Amino acid sequence: MLQDLLIALIVLTNFTLVATSRINKAIQVAVIQGVLLGLLPLAMGLGRHLHIILMVAAAVTVKGWLIPFLFRRAMTKVKIRREVDPYIGYTASLVLCALGTGLALVLASNLPLAPGSEFKLFVPASLSTLLTGFILLITRRKALTQVVGYLVLENGIYLFGLMLVEEMPMLVETGILLDLFVGIFVMGIVINHITVAFDSMDTRHLAELKD
Amino acid sequence: MAWFLIILPLLAAVLAFSTRSVTLRLRLLPVTGALHLAALLFALRSWNALPAASGLGAWLGLDALGGWTLLVISVLFCVCAFYAPAYLALRPERDNRVFVTSFLCFLGLASLLAQARHPGLVWVAMETTTLATAPLIYFNHNRRSLEATWKYLIIGSVGIALALLGTLFVAYAAHMGGLAEPLTFSRLVQGAGVLSRPWLRAGFVLTLVGYGTKMGLAPLHTWKPDAYGESPGVIGALLAGGVTSCAFLALLRIYTVVAAAGELQFARELMVGMGLLSMLWAAVFMVRQLDIRRLLAYSSVEHMGILAFGIGIGGRAARFALFHLAANALVKGVLFMSAGNINRSYASKRLPYVTGAIRRTPVSGWLFFLGFLAITGTPPFAPFISEFNIAATALARPYLWTGVAFLVLLGGIFLAMSDTVVQVVFGTPPPDRARTPYRDTLATTAPLLVALALTVTMGLWLPESLSGMIQSAATQVEGQR
Repeated sequence: MLQDLLIALIVLTNFTLVATSRINKAIQVAVIQGVLLGLLPLAMGLGRHLHIILMVAAAVTVKGWLIPFLFRRAMTKVKIRREVDPYIGYTASLVLCALGTGLALVLASNLPLAPGSEFKLFVPASLSTLLTGFILLITRRKALTQVVGYLVLENGIYLFGLMLVEEMPMLVETGILLDLFVGIFVMGIVINHITVAFDSMDTRHLAELKD
Repeated sequence: MAWFLIILPLLAAVLAFSTRSVTLRLRLLPVTGALHLAALLFALRSWNALPAASGLGAWLGLDALGGWTLLVISVLFCVCAFYAPAYLALRPERDNRVFVTSFLCFLGLASLLAQARHPGLVWVAMETTTLATAPLIYFNHNRRSLEATWKYLIIGSVGIALALLGTLFVAYAAHMGGLAEPLTFSRLVQGAGVLSRPWLRAGFVLTLVGYGTKMGLAPLHTWKPDAYGESPGVIGALLAGGVTSCAFLALLRIYTVVAAAGELQFARELMVGMGLLSMLWAAVFMVRQLDIRRLLAYSSVEHMGILAFGIGIGGRAARFALFHLAANALVKGVLFMSAGNINRSYASKRLPYVTGAIRRTPVSGWLFFLGFLAITGTPPFAPFISEFNIAATALARPYLWTGVAFLVLLGGIFLAMSDTVVQVVFGTPPPDRARTPYRDTLATTAPLLVALALTVTMGLWLPESLSGMIQSAATQVEGQR
């Protein structure tokens, strides 16, 4: 029951993400989503396994503490606080997100689950989160919001991975978390360079190269 | 030995990052490259006796497919590593610490990827490769390279994320079939019969999209012309021959599982379709392409298409696709680095500024021209052998039209590419274009001559043991054990 509630909350955060114009808020919501995801294994009643406790601790540390730290560092150097003038408006993004969630439900109903699986909501919620990440990546202009989109996309994949959390080797899980952290770290550095070079982090400036 | 191949370059990378001595850093590149190649050849000396699986649960192990790919990467790395010090000496204004560190990190991660026996580990290695090579693209530290780096990072990371989802789908397919972790490739191939088909198919499509983005298969290649165009030639060579080979190997690992599960036909059709689409897309964008680096980037898209096409046709063509992996890597090395030399001499990489290279930089001009002949499939170079055999196999198959399309596209690409290349190499040098102090030296051309000589050798003769290794890798790819 608790796990379904958490998943419902995660899907709600998706809608908040596409509807907000404040970059700060988008980051906060993405972080909340990450922490909810990190805690989900406990709600799934897996709290007795040591490796899962370690996993939860690692995920919450990375998604709830290290990544927000990277974002805050990037934000202090940037003057802009709002996502101005996205390629697709907020209402339209919200409609797209709703359509995406519908599509996720249809797609998920075509994929069979292991018999007796308790994870009926995982696949549609994961695909819906994935599509939300895509929407943010494609329709936003600010480099930082695009990184938020990437984070949300990874969150969606992480949610799917939780269906296999009992079997997944520690090595792989750690690797995935580490890569997410380093990825966002490197993107933060590049954003910093973009801000210095263009005095803005609008990706519209990044349109010089074409055929 | 498995660990040595991974740890050696990574240790060298740490040393390169921490040392202050520029000379030491520059020496580290060729020394590590040569040591790595020697160690790999030693490890592969009896490749068929290698325990391919070394137990079902083993996480690392060198098999024919991984060994061959790593050999290609290691040889290309050596060529680049012997060239790079001379190039970096021409760019004293740029700090080479990040360059050398990233370069060496790449080799270590490629060794990890080639030996990884678990799809999750392969994914981690591939993603880390993306992150390690991103600073290389920003080497020039200007706005254009910044844009290229951003696109490379974002598009690459999203692509790789989809590959992770695909990998998880395959793991779920195994979970439904009741296979237990660790899901090594050996175990997945052995138990392929019980994998859940819908998840496996969806997983393959996602990994094809994901690793296909890293390979640069159309229409997922959009980062490629920018990244290859804005980074120095030697980096373009490493990306076009090394990183793409890594992504190709990662894709083949999943392809192997799909093939073993009896879904070979499904996977083949997708590969042939993506392959032909990439070649078509590349051909269209090569027409009247004025930027020689972007031209080479589209040529890379084309050759990734040829690899996918060859694997998709299967049988003998799959064997020659693996052969083509080496041919492409070596010739791309020659092309990118000689184009880099030409750029140095003209301080531009675009027509109409760069013409008559054969008079300004005769050696690089000839190397570039011979590289062009090689990559478009002229005998006696290695790409001719692979392209000819892939086409011949495709024509003999029931779906004849794919073979015809393949040949037509190869012809069209030759014409489109020759238009630009002939102007660059044989045109009249622009009299008003100031000449930079760059001159061809032994250090900036000898590694390329070696690479070209290797391509000719491969076109004429391949050692028995290597052809056996390719043969074994190809049967492995098709899901037979």
